[in-house]
Amino acid sequence: MKKRTLYLILFAFSLFIYACKKETSIKEAVSTFLGFQKPLNFPDPVYKLENNPITENGFLLGRALFYEPRLSRDNTISCGSCHIQTSGFTQHGHDVSHGIDDRLGSRNSPPMMNLAWNKAFMWDGGVFDLDLQPVSPITNPVEMDERIENVLAKLKQMPKYVSLFNKAFGTEEITNARMMKALSQFMLMCISANSKYDKVMRKEEGQVFTADEQAGYTIFKDKCSRCHSEPLFTDGSFRNNGIAVGPNNDQGRYMATLNPADEYKFKVPSLRNLSYTAPYMHDGRFLTLNGVLEHYANEVKATPNLDPFLQQNNQLGISLPADARLKLLTFLKTLDDKDFVTRKDLAEQ
Amino acid sequence: MKPIYIVILTVLTALSACSKKDDAPQPQAANKATLSLQFDNIAGDRNLQLNTGTYKNASGEQFTVQLLQYFISNIKVRTKDDQEFIVPQDESYFLVKESDGASQFCKVKVPEGDYKTLTFTLGVDSLRNTMDISKRTGVLDPTGGMDDGMYWGWNSGYIFFKMEGTSEQAPIDPTGVRKFRFHIGGFGGYSAPTFNNIKTVTVDLSAAGIARVRQGRESNVHFFVDIMKMFNGKTNISIAANPQVMFSNYSVNVANNFSSMFYHDHTEN
Repeated sequence: MKKRTLYLILFAFSLFIYACKKETSIKEAVSTFLGFQKPLNFPDPVYKLENNPITENGFLLGRALFYEPRLSRDNTISCGSCHIQTSGFTQHGHDVSHGIDDRLGSRNSPPMMNLAWNKAFMWDGGVFDLDLQPVSPITNPVEMDERIENVLAKLKQMPKYVSLFNKAFGTEEITNARMMKALSQFMLMCISANSKYDKVMRKEEGQVFTADEQAGYTIFKDKCSRCHSEPLFTDGSFRNNGIAVGPNNDQGRYMATLNPADEYKFKVPSLRNLSYTAPYMHDGRFLTLNGVLEHYANEVKATPNLDPFLQQNNQLGISLPADARLKLLTFLKTLDDKDFVTRKDLAEQ
Repeated sequence: MKPIYIVILTVLTALSACSKKDDAPQPQAANKATLSLQFDNIAGDRNLQLNTGTYKNASGEQFTVQLLQYFISNIKVRTKDDQEFIVPQDESYFLVKESDGASQFCKVKVPEGDYKTLTFTLGVDSLRNTMDISKRTGVLDPTGGMDDGMYWGWNSGYIFFKMEGTSEQAPIDPTGVRKFRFHIGGFGGYSAPTFNNIKTVTVDLSAAGIARVRQGRESNVHFFVDIMKMFNGKTNISIAANPQVMFSNYSVNVANNFSSMFYHDHTEN
C-alpha cells in the first residue's frame, strides 16, 4: 500500500516536471520578437545600430527601465509618465510637461516614434545621440530630478534588474552605458509605420486613399511637404514657423547653438499620429489641428529667422481655404497609426 | 613524435622567444614608469580653502569658493631631444576636484626619459564629447547630478571647469543665496558650430625642473593653479556683472583666462 502511494506520488511529480518542460518549450516557440525591422517605405536609419545591436532581452530590459519610476528622485515619475503610449508617447492634455513634485517644464513633451531616423533630439536639438538623451530628463530638476548614480544604486538592489541586465548583456554588471543602451533599444523599437498612409504606399491589403484623402495628399505635397517631408513627415531640420514669441521668450535652437541665425527655430515635428498627440507646438499652445492650420493661414508673425517658405511673394503664411483645410485634415488622419498606440509589446507590462 | 617532445619543443621555442626579446633594444612599452601631474589649487598668495577662505578679485569683489573641479586630459610629454610621447587616450582623462586630495594627482605611464615639455588639455576633446556612450567610462561617465556633475544633459557635452561660491556682490538667486556659478564647457558643436572653450596648455619645465621619469620612482610635476587668474586676466571677470556663466558666449572670456592659471612651481624627481 505504502509503496503504491509512493509510486503514485512519483508519477504525479514526473507529470509536473513534464508539464513544466512543455511550457518552457512552448514559450520559446511563440517568441514573436523580430528585432529592428526597417519599414519598406522608410530610408536607412540614422542611429548606429551596429554599436547597439537590438536583442529581445535588451528590448525587455529597456522596456522595464522605460516604465521604471525609480529613475526619478522620489520614485514617482517614469519615462512613461510623460510619454504615454496611447497618446503617441506624449503627455496628453499637457501643454508643457508635468514632472516631479508637480513641477512644470517649459516645453511640450514630444512624441517618441521613429527615433532611429532622428538626427537630433529635443525641440532645440541639443542632444545628438539617442544613447545620451535619457540623461537630460533624469537629471532635470523639473522632470525626474535624480542622479544617474543613484538610479544605478537603486537598480542594483533589485534582483529583477540584476537578472534583466545579465540576460541582456551577459553579466550582472549594471552601468550607465548599459542602462542607456537598453533604453535606446526600447525606444528604437517604437516604430510607427502602420498607418493607412503606409499601407497605401506599400500597396498592402489593397488599401487606397479615398477621393478626399487623395485631394488632401495633393494639398499636403504642395503646401506642407517641404518641411514635413515623407515618409517620416519631418525633414529633421530646425525652423521658425512664425508662431508668436511666448511669454517665456523661448529662443529654441539658439539656446543650444548660441547662433543668432537659430533664434526662435524649433525642430520640425512629424505629422504622424496627430490625432493622439495634442496639444501642438513646442509649448503646446494649440489644442486642435484647426488652431494649427489657422496659425499657418492667418497668424504667422515675422519674428527673426522666419522660414522663407512662410513669407513668399511678400505674403506671410500659407494660403489655406476652408475646403483645402478639410481635405488636409482628412489626409492627416491617414497618418494615425492605431496599431502603434495600442501594441501590447510597447506597453507597460 | 611523442607528445612529450612536442611539449618540450614548444616550451623551448617559447623560452627562446622571451630571451630574444630581452636581447633586443629596450622597447618603450616595457620601460614605462609613472609620471604624476599635481594640480594644487591656490588663490593668489594663498592656498585655496573651500568654504572658509575669503579672497578678493581685481574687481574688488570678496568671494568664497564652495566647489572647484575641472577636467585634465590628453597628456603629452616631450624630451629634450624632441621625442614626443602621447599618453594613450583611454588612460588620459582626469577630473581634478578641490574636495578630493587624491584626484589632484593625475598619474600616467610614460616611457623612461627626461621630459622638458608637458602638454595637457583643460577640458575634454571634441571627439570624446561625441563618442559612443560605451567609451565614456570612469570620470567621463555622465552619471553625476545637476550639482556636482560635469555633463550637460540638455545640450550634450562636458562641463570642462566648474567653480561655485558665494559673494556679497552676487545677486540673490532663486534659492535665496548670493551665489556665483561658473560652468564652462563648449566643444565647438556637433552638427552646428558653436564656441570652443577647449584649452590646451603647454608648459616648459626646464626653468622649475624637468621630469626625470624612471622605473621605481615617481616624478611629480607640481603645478599651482591660481583661480585668481581666472578672474583677473585678458578680461576681468566680475561676479556682480556675471554671477552665472554657463553655456553662453560670455563663457569664452572666462575660458580665455584659463591658460594663465597654470604655473609650474617645481618637480619632485
